[in-house]
Amino acid sequence: MTILATVAATADPVAARSQMGLSLAWHIILACFGVGLPGLVLFAEWRGIRTGDPVYRLLARRWARALGLLFAVGAVSGTILSIEMGVLWSGLMSRWGQVIGLPFAIEGIAFFIEAIFLGIYLYGWDRLSPRVHLAAGVPIFAAGIASAFFVVCANAWMNAPAGYTIVHGRLVGVDPLAAMFNAATGPETVHMILAALMVTGFGTASVYGVAMLRGRRDRYHRLGMLIPLTGGALLTVPQIVAGDWAARMVATDQPTKLAAMEGLSRTTRGAPESIGGWYSGGQLHWALRIPDGLSMLARLNPHASIQGLDATPAADRPPLVTLVHLSFDTMVGIGFGLLALGLWLALWWWRRQDFPGSRWFLRAVAVSGVATVVAMELGWITTEVGRQPWIVYRVMKVANAVNPEPGIQYGFWAVVAIYAILTVVTIAVLRHLTRAVPVPTEPQDADVESYQVT
Amino acid sequence: MTLANVLAVIMWVGVTAYALFGGADFGAGFWDLVAGRAEAGAARRTLIEHSIGPVWEANHVWLIFILVVMWTGFPGLFGAVASTLWIPLTVAALGVIGRGSAFAFRKSVTARWQRRAFGAAFAASSVITPFFLGAAAGGVAAGRVPPGVGQGNAVTSWWNPVSVLTGALAVIVCAYLAAVYLTADARRTGDARLVGQFRACALGAGAVAGLIAAVGLAVLHAEAPTLAHGLANRALPLVVVSGVAGLAALIVLFLRRFLIARTAAAVAVGAVVWAWALAEYPYLLAGRLTIAAAAATHSVLLATSISLLAGAVLLIPSLTWLYVIFQREPRRNVAAPERTPAGG
Ligand code: HDD
Ligand code: HEM
Ligand code: HEM
Repeated sequence: MTILATVAATADPVAARSQMGLSLAWHIILACFGVGLPGLVLFAEWRGIRTGDPVYRLLARRWARALGLLFAVGAVSGTILSIEMGVLWSGLMSRWGQVIGLPFAIEGIAFFIEAIFLGIYLYGWDRLSPRVHLAAGVPIFAAGIASAFFVVCANAWMNAPAGYTIVHGRLVGVDPLAAMFNAATGPETVHMILAALMVTGFGTASVYGVAMLRGRRDRYHRLGMLIPLTGGALLTVPQIVAGDWAARMVATDQPTKLAAMEGLSRTTRGAPESIGGWYSGGQLHWALRIPDGLSMLARLNPHASIQGLDATPAADRPPLVTLVHLSFDTMVGIGFGLLALGLWLALWWWRRQDFPGSRWFLRAVAVSGVATVVAMELGWITTEVGRQPWIVYRVMKVANAVNPEPGIQYGFWAVVAIYAILTVVTIAVLRHLTRAVPVPTEPQDADVESYQVT
Repeated sequence: MTLANVLAVIMWVGVTAYALFGGADFGAGFWDLVAGRAEAGAARRTLIEHSIGPVWEANHVWLIFILVVMWTGFPGLFGAVASTLWIPLTVAALGVIGRGSAFAFRKSVTARWQRRAFGAAFAASSVITPFFLGAAAGGVAAGRVPPGVGQGNAVTSWWNPVSVLTGALAVIVCAYLAAVYLTADARRTGDARLVGQFRACALGAGAVAGLIAAVGLAVLHAEAPTLAHGLANRALPLVVVSGVAGLAALIVLFLRRFLIARTAAAVAVGAVVWAWALAEYPYLLAGRLTIAAAAATHSVLLATSISLLAGAVLLIPSLTWLYVIFQREPRRNVAAPERTPAGG
């Protein structure tokens, strides 16, 4: 295999990177609901079967209807990603495709399971017995989590490449399992799966939070808010632990990315934790600094030395340090904000067995959905932009991976146009779905049975 | 058989399945496009929606399956094909997005103009996607994709006689398969007029497909002599099988034996797909890149083959269940001319 990328000067990494970033950032939102929503639907359906309560049963059906729409759009937006891996990053794939291929191949199986059982689950709602139907939903949830795991394994490999042998520039040996389970796999996959579940939890809760602010305080809306909100709030705790794990992994394996995340220009003993600020002229300005904080967090030792950006040759540093630093800080800030929201709910529940009556609580719930999506997107910006200029960390540069054929930028504009339309239409149709059949204040069995899932 | 050949066969099974199942879903979109004005075409559109609704997402995964098996097992092939053919592949990807999302949106809205707009997007992209995928395949078949990254011509690699013909053939074959499958589905609704319409569509599309295939052979002879040679020799038995099955399908369709027609049509199309592979063997890129040369390292081939075969143990019963549930049980509501979407 000596097919090396012979990239001509015509290659256009900027258009290719923008196209990849846009389609990934779009797909990942839908993918999060694809991972999390089946869990929510199954929970509501299970409660509905156990209690016969029409509120749970109606919630299950209405969430399932949204799931059908989101899944379809998510699946097709994932397809273009697979094609873009080759169309944009042919150099990467012809050289490294086989090394990261195994998780993708297994992910393919997981996609099949997801799509097959989703068809059975949604279209079989009134054909299967309740128990069989509930059981048919379980593989969707399991396969969704599995696909998130496998695809993030591939991304982890780009951050912490392992499991291959190069002799004289030729790839002679591959250990697919070592490549799949690399140093970044653990923290990245756990952090991402939790993020997907949190996006679903807070995202769904925020829809009902808005409805409550508009005056709908019936049991349907209470449960619609409290079930996903409780789930999301509970997961925030392990998510922060996982984020800390990820940060420590980055500190050991990707010191340049850590330096960019912290805006740390020079290698420092007892490095401060910097919050906010602006990086320019080789320095971080106007940041709030907690003395020794970074050394403490990254190495559990206030005097530890942390590598700064100056340790890396200028050509190998990420160009957008401010973006990486602020993205990271905002993600962490939102993480703690969500934790505070969860604590607020827990405290009230403990004292009063109810959620806080204040409108401020509902407002916080209403924005928590968008905030969680923002945190998730910013986490990805931290990871991906912080890795620049490498596509495979310290192994292959983005410029050597891109497809050299002319005209790639037109593809980018076509993708921008389609995604702009798709964004508007998806939101409009989702709004239509929630309004076309209004929710009665006290749903009866007839309301449940007449609601079509597909 | 070498491991590389095993993985090549697995990939080709994926191509066949995508052609037979995914292809029929695109074809259904083609018939949606030509079903006529809203009232007249309502029954046909409803049947199409009911037939492909539960299965299209699963059928669509075959495309992803082909891509990941290709980049894992034959990374050099993937790099060469995807870089040179980036234009048709990007258009096809956008078509996939349009098709899938418009189909899902149409089911979710009620206003007539919205259903029409989404229906049009669904139907148009159902034609665009197979055309460009077919044109890309034609470029590979015609030997227009050299090995290496971005070595071919970004335009003539897919805008040439063989590609255009293959693209057209792909569209019409999809339409043919869909019409044959839908005729049998229509019979279950008990609507004789619907059966007659789809039967006529199937007969017409089958005849056109046969015609284009015949012209295609002549064009191949001039444009892709090695492939034509392979088809005339090593792959001849499969070409014959395809022709016989194609004719048989038309005859049994005429005789109204719709379930047999399904099988015959699938055999006719599947045989062409395998004839192509056999005619090119052992090359992946005509005359330039063999299966052995493009293959990944042994450990990757082994791990991937084992994973996929293990996956098949899960997939085959699941897929069977999916198809059986929606084939065997009586369909309610199907014949209702304009379904009232539930909103939701
Ligand atoms: C719900 C969303 C969410 C929340 C609340 C957090 N994160 Fe996060 N973070 C992600 C969602 C996310 C992500 C989008 O899922 C990323 C991108 C790549 C990855 O594996 O996870 C990520 C990446 C990411 C990385 C980079 C990993 C890498 O480059 O490989 C670090 C160091 C952290 N996070 C740390 C944290 C910390 C310390 C948090 C504490 C509050 C935190 N994250 C909250
Ligand atoms: C989990 C699977 C993922 C894989 C395999 C992956 C792969 C890639 C590849 C190949 C590139 C192009 C090369 C480069 O610029 O380094 C890229 C860039 C990028 N990705 Fe990811 N990515 C993944 C997830 C995500 C997600 C979910 C986002 C969401 C925001 C994202 C955001 C970006 C951005 C913004 C870029 C452009 C970076 C730049 O040019 O500065 N990625 N990714
Ligand atoms: C962190 C990043 C990602 C996660 C968590 C993720 C997860 C998922 C999930 C759960 C689905 C199922 C459909 C849905 O629920 O909407 C899906 C669909 C898909 N994803 Fe992603 N994905 C990620 C990134 C990527 C990347 C980088 C690629 C390709 C290179 C990709 C390719 C696909 C494909 C092809 C599908 C369609 C499968 C189908 O037809 O069912 N995804 N993804």
